[in-house]
Amino acid sequence: MGEALHEIAAGTAGENAGRPRGLFPYAPGLTVAVFLVPIAAGLLGTLLPAFGYLPALGGMSLGWAPWQALFGHPGFLSALRLTLTIGLGATALALALATGFCALVYGSTGFRRAEALLAPILASPHSAIAIGLTFLVAPSGWLARLVSPWLTGWANPPDLVSVGDPWGLALALGLLVKEVPYLLLMTLAALNQVPARAQLEVARALGYGRGVAWIKVVLPQVYPQIRLPVYAVLAFSLSVVDVSLILGPGNPPPLAVLAMRWFSDPDVAQYFPAAAAASLLLALVAASIMLWRLAELGLAAIGRAWIARGGRGLSAEPGLRLAALAVGVLMALGTLSMLSMALWSLAAAWRFPAVLPSAWTLANWRHALERVWWPASTTLLVGLAATAVSLLLALACLENEARSGAHPGSRALWLLYTPLLVPQIGFLFGAQVLLLRLGLDGTFLAVVWSHVLFVLPYVFLSLADPWRALDPRYARTAACLGASPAKVLLRVKLPMLLRPLLIAAAVGFAVSVGQYLPTLFAGAGRLSTLTTVAVTLAAGADRRVIGVYVFLQSLLPLVLYGLALLLPAAIYANRRGLARSE
Amino acid sequence: MSGLLRLAGVEIALAGRVLVPMLDLVVEGGEVVTIMGPSGVGKSTLLAFICGTVDPAFSARGRIYVGETEVSRLPPERRRLGILFQDDLLFPHLSVGENLAFGLPSAIRGKRQRARRIEATLAGAGLAGFAPRDPATLSGGQRARIALLRTLLAEPQAVLLDEPFGKLDAALREEFRRFVFGLIAARGLPALLVTHDGADAEAAGGRVLRLDG
Amino acid sequence: MKRPALLALSLLLGLLASPARAAAAESWDDILAKARGETVYWNAWAGDEKTNAFIAWVGQEVHRRFALTLRHVPLSDTAQAVTRVVAEKAAGRDLDGSVDLIWINGPNFLAMKEQHLLYGPFTQLLPNIRLVDTAHKPSTVVDFTVPTGGMESPWRMAQIVLVYDGARLGDVPRSIPAFLTWARRHPGRFAHASVRNFLGATFLKQALYELTPDPSLLQQPASDANFGAVTAPLWTWYDELRPLLWREGKAFPESGPATRQLLDDGEIDMMMSFNPAEAAAAINAGLLPETVRTFVLARGTIGNTSFVAIPYNSPHKEGAMVIANFLLEPLAQAHAEDIRQMGNFTVLDLAKLAPEERKLFADLPASPALPTTEELGTMLLEPHPSWMSRIVAEWEKRYTR
Repeated sequence: MGEALHEIAAGTAGENAGRPRGLFPYAPGLTVAVFLVPIAAGLLGTLLPAFGYLPALGGMSLGWAPWQALFGHPGFLSALRLTLTIGLGATALALALATGFCALVYGSTGFRRAEALLAPILASPHSAIAIGLTFLVAPSGWLARLVSPWLTGWANPPDLVSVGDPWGLALALGLLVKEVPYLLLMTLAALNQVPARAQLEVARALGYGRGVAWIKVVLPQVYPQIRLPVYAVLAFSLSVVDVSLILGPGNPPPLAVLAMRWFSDPDVAQYFPAAAAASLLLALVAASIMLWRLAELGLAAIGRAWIARGGRGLSAEPGLRLAALAVGVLMALGTLSMLSMALWSLAAAWRFPAVLPSAWTLANWRHALERVWWPASTTLLVGLAATAVSLLLALACLENEARSGAHPGSRALWLLYTPLLVPQIGFLFGAQVLLLRLGLDGTFLAVVWSHVLFVLPYVFLSLADPWRALDPRYARTAACLGASPAKVLLRVKLPMLLRPLLIAAAVGFAVSVGQYLPTLFAGAGRLSTLTTVAVTLAAGADRRVIGVYVFLQSLLPLVLYGLALLLPAAIYANRRGLARSE
Repeated sequence: MSGLLRLAGVEIALAGRVLVPMLDLVVEGGEVVTIMGPSGVGKSTLLAFICGTVDPAFSARGRIYVGETEVSRLPPERRRLGILFQDDLLFPHLSVGENLAFGLPSAIRGKRQRARRIEATLAGAGLAGFAPRDPATLSGGQRARIALLRTLLAEPQAVLLDEPFGKLDAALREEFRRFVFGLIAARGLPALLVTHDGADAEAAGGRVLRLDG
Repeated sequence: MKRPALLALSLLLGLLASPARAAAAESWDDILAKARGETVYWNAWAGDEKTNAFIAWVGQEVHRRFALTLRHVPLSDTAQAVTRVVAEKAAGRDLDGSVDLIWINGPNFLAMKEQHLLYGPFTQLLPNIRLVDTAHKPSTVVDFTVPTGGMESPWRMAQIVLVYDGARLGDVPRSIPAFLTWARRHPGRFAHASVRNFLGATFLKQALYELTPDPSLLQQPASDANFGAVTAPLWTWYDELRPLLWREGKAFPESGPATRQLLDDGEIDMMMSFNPAEAAAAINAGLLPETVRTFVLARGTIGNTSFVAIPYNSPHKEGAMVIANFLLEPLAQAHAEDIRQMGNFTVLDLAKLAPEERKLFADLPASPALPTTEELGTMLLEPHPSWMSRIVAEWEKRYTR
């Protein structure tokens, strides 16, 4: 029997012992290739021209000229300052507000329902909310109209600074409206991993105020799990283009818009300072994340000392209440933004200071419909394709994980977050040159790929937790009943995970609908989506028409989200074990 | 007589620590061998290894025979080993009948013939007419019985029982033990039971092996 | 990107496929036949929905009549299309470009012409080109002082006008110097578009025309030697005006339509437009109050022409030409001029049209906001593009903080 003992090598008896595992082992590698290779190539294609090397345009040697042009540009320092204050300020404020809100509201009856309330704002593209905000907060906007002239005495709109203000406050507001709900959602997900309720009860029994107990006990456990999302928000706020175009100042604009402007300048010599600006942005994002990490460490030390002092923090409640109130105001602004655009799409005329349109019409829709059809169907097709590809890759990775028993570490998570941490403008230009070389620019394929970069991380993150949480004994039971791995996947895992699958798909689709720069660069303008058209129109076209686009922009993802919620409930109406909502 | 289940030189270790040392065991048809020991000692891991579903984090070696066939290198679905866990693990998206159909070999063809077979199985267990029901609407005892029926419908050559009585209350446990051991004996299947409850071992009536880690 | 040899090869291919030898021998019937079934990508600024609607209408018409598919590639800046062709040339895509037709003029035209990125001359092949009023509308053949040389085909006229809300405003400035006194009376009630937008830059050019001692210099390229002296009075004037603008001249609407929105919202009382029919069309569309009126400056205003051009690497040149020719049809021009549609003055000489074609124009609806040709007065020719780029750069240097 001795020889028998050594015949079975350690670790070969997974779910799938003794069988070639098909294509699944290649899934992680393929996923990384889909992601990282083009990003790396794109970064190279941005960094080289930043130092003057782009032979196609006659830049044959390395040098500092692009940087000199960048630093010498009028308003460069203001643009730099603006970029940093907006990026760091909006992120810090978003985190503070989300934390304050959770601290105060966690455990109350409405808290769980917050997720459903957040859905419309989360599903709406950034640009849609931003466009709505421009109308909402303008001196002639909806908010002013609601209180004019009876309260303000304004017969004509006042000449006040608002959207496009030189400090970027409107831009910061636009970012907050979207990022606070996102961080709230991430916090909610993280809270599932922490026995927060019991711990809070203990802390409060020790005399700690509700909010402070949350901050001292729960936050330190939750923060490590939302760290990457926070970094993603930071990178996004530093480098976003579409929201900056709509809400930000123009003279000077943030660096990302400056880079974008130069990239699309007919004078090709501007590619070089554009690449330098994009590279600088890359460095700024990296430096900001490091700075943030340092601040985390510093705050953690201070926090530990604070906790050790044992203050019950009952006096902190008003501050938290203010944060919660601010979150409420932000949600209201987001909702009103979308509502105002929906109203505009039905307005025949709506002038200051009328609170509602003075005449209603369906003509906007009738006129726009034939032109909206093409970008709307492109949006739908690209979104569905990118979501399907992302879902397949994510499923393949997760299935491979289950079959091989490999548990990805935090490094894999960083890898997944790469597209969300690298500024889009930093690699999309370089990637466009690559696409051009391959003759793929302006193709459906290219646009789908560019969307997958940003859809996949969200799909994966959204799917991974429920997937990993599925009791592995279901799969083992099925296998022992004679089901092949494929049958286990198709007949057991997928149907049981239908709900999270569809939610992940809805999340992915919403991300795809919102993409502006990737569509612009990869689509070479040939493929335009609701978002690219809406952002283009936002430069000043008929608000009634913009209303149609913005409404559809928000509607498509919301419809999918609704389907994701309703479909499993309908399919499993007679299956109590699955019909309950998560 | 369906034959026997044989383990030859089975050894399981985790991170260098041996959990199950050099186990050689033959279980005859109709016999239920009980493995007892404190939790964390590797009892369930041993069953998973026999099934072919052990987590690769464990290093496990040894040979497993079902009847005359060595199954150690076969994927789990071809080992013809039924397993029953503490939880019934009925698939929540399938009806009772569909759960049973999942276990029923595809060699039995024809929609009507399969339905008849499932209905007969249910009736034999006192669950006639339960096929269209949602498993979530059944009592714990009913679900446990259906889980066993599902396992047996797959026509296993041996049965592995991973604390299948652990979650049932005392009265139900007694009844379900009789149900399980009765069916196993009737089919003459070799069975391996993992438990930490002495009463289970007693009811099984076979040899008892102790794992002490 | 790292292979100069490949680049050289592609440049060579580029030269082989490049301009100067348009297929002169082709007859219009050949072109029509070849164009059938083609899909033409028209890259056009899309910031104005009425123009977008017109382009969509053109698409329907050419599809019906010539079995052509027209796709509007919406741009927020025409330069995007130029960039694209530049990038394609750099990548050696000389036969299969992604742009078939560009709405273009001025600096972008000059840039493309100088870099040999255009196909042509081709306009001589278009049957309708003879209907164009080159005598009274010289900007149809001289684009920002640059002769078009048949490399671009005109499709609509533009001329600076000022648009104001008569319900709120009793007095209007009739000259550039008068702007200052007007603005002091109405601080914050006028906005020009961002200077990076052609409309904002054109406002400064218009001011320069009236303020500089010798406007004829503007027809030559600007030079380091004369730029400072020629534009000095402009900056003196603008320094005074700027704090009196909307938002104290610290923020600017990004485009013409954005400025129009401000007028409609009541945030300003007066704006500049490059389209004499814009106010009438906008009123008709409910985009401006009925009380809005149009006027021009007493000493005349700058006018120019919008063109379409075909990139050298367009794979659908025939289809592009069919569209360029369709844009010049009296039917299309009358449709464009209709204030219920786009509302843009025609490039055609009505005298050259048949009576029933003239009637198309005569039957167009009138509007009190629509200026007559006499009211429009003298059309001043665009300065050389170099003035614009230098003024924009100088403005950014002076006013970007």
